[in-house]
Amino acid sequence: MSAALKPEPTTKGAVPFLVVPKDGSAPYLAGSKCTKCGEVVVGTRETCGKCGARKGMEHVKLAGTGKLYNFTIVHRNFPGVPVPFISAIVDVDGGGTLKGNLLGVEPKPDAIKFDMPVNIVIKPVPQKDKDGNSYLAYFFEPQS
Amino acid sequence: MSNDVYVVGTDMIKFGRFPERSVPELGAQAALMALDDCGLTIQDMQAVYSGNLFEASAGVGQRILREIGQTGVPVVNVANACATGATAFREGWMAVKAGIYDVVLCVGSEQMGSGLLGGGGGGKGIPTEGLLGSGTMPSVFAHVGLEHTRQYGTTFEQFAKVSVKNHFHSTLNPKAMYQKETPLEEVMGAEMISYPNTKLMCSVNVDGSAAAVLCSEKKARELGLMGRAVKVRASALTSDPYTARNIAMMDFNAVTRLAAKTAYEMAGLGPDDVDLIELHDCFATAEIVHYENLGIAKEGEAGSLIDSGATQLGGRIPVNVSGGLLSKGHPLGATGIANIYEITTHLRGEAGGRQVEGAKIGLTHVVGAGSACAVHILEKA
Repeated sequence: MSAALKPEPTTKGAVPFLVVPKDGSAPYLAGSKCTKCGEVVVGTRETCGKCGARKGMEHVKLAGTGKLYNFTIVHRNFPGVPVPFISAIVDVDGGGTLKGNLLGVEPKPDAIKFDMPVNIVIKPVPQKDKDGNSYLAYFFEPQS
Repeated sequence: MSNDVYVVGTDMIKFGRFPERSVPELGAQAALMALDDCGLTIQDMQAVYSGNLFEASAGVGQRILREIGQTGVPVVNVANACATGATAFREGWMAVKAGIYDVVLCVGSEQMGSGLLGGGGGGKGIPTEGLLGSGTMPSVFAHVGLEHTRQYGTTFEQFAKVSVKNHFHSTLNPKAMYQKETPLEEVMGAEMISYPNTKLMCSVNVDGSAAAVLCSEKKARELGLMGRAVKVRASALTSDPYTARNIAMMDFNAVTRLAAKTAYEMAGLGPDDVDLIELHDCFATAEIVHYENLGIAKEGEAGSLIDSGATQLGGRIPVNVSGGLLSKGHPLGATGIANIYEITTHLRGEAGGRQVEGAKIGLTHVVGAGSACAVHILEKA
């Protein structure tokens, strides 16, 4: 492919369920709600992983708040990944569970409280891919 | 005559690092050792089930036969994450149980290299490891442990005691990669990898292989192999059933509970009937939760079970007297069959210094990320 045909760099979500709408409206985390069993899962699904229903998955936006279910403090990682950081599991208010980095809290076990309320914020990150595309990621921050 | 299936021959190589050898060479060595254990040859085997993960598309089973005899029998190559070896064993068990074959060879082999396993991000976009939490195996199993802490207050020290116990056990197992005791202070003071898993609470990436010869009862009697035979009372394999947090936080509990329930029902036995267990202590945190998942501790009592010493050699229900994955090492495709070797050795009364006295029933357990769980229950014939 010649350089002229290469698409213009754009801004994408770091994961498929972080949606950056083409109309410029606010990015959001996509979820799916099963209208049969009521389960809410992260990502866009056409079939329910819980009850197997093949129709009636409603595509929803996940809430911007949640509660810290679990964590670990990562001290050793692959070369180039800054440590320490908090890998957190957050139950999103209204359904769905996410894994992500918890920011704004000291990476020490005593500083991290199970069930602490968090905001789920979507921000640009410095990393780009080989085609020069920019990315957004989501992070957790304590609700003050 | 029953349709029961028996382990008649089994062995494993001493786990270690063998970068100069090939995966098929490692597998061939264990295969020959298992054949020698029962006095049979590759010409006696009617099918071969080969477990290997990292060369899953490279015909490891066929390449093993090039090393030890290309007899033209069916070869099935199996990959199922860390349950790969156990799945290969189960494939062989099913074929004999179904009456398709009378005697088959199951072999697991792996060459690992060193360093962290897992980690988020695929080929597309940007790497997500460290950006959207951590998907390394030490982190994944740290989450597993801290969920238990959240529910029951299980402490860093209780998790660390698993390593103290299993590293002690390894000093009695000449086939373990490491045979070194580690006091509690050393385990807790080691480099923190993903809290609460320190370096000494992570299993060792090693190269290794293990093999088992499975036989129908009719054939085992015909060959005069019943004397040291061990009966497979149950074989269960599960994939992860739906649980709400499973995608964000791998759930190894539900998948294990389902496999354990299935296996106990198949055997007509319960946790109280089991004399020893080899379970999947890929990280110290994992062993604690599996006490409850396998039913040897009541809900919330796994921490007090490790405190009580009940799971140490000489205790009520010894767990991982081989040294476990924590010290024996964890060559993914070999691990599930190495567990079978360990339990069989105890049921035969041949485990030397680490023998669980009077052992009649033993259980093996592995879980693979993704997820898969295999549980086997073995009984002295």
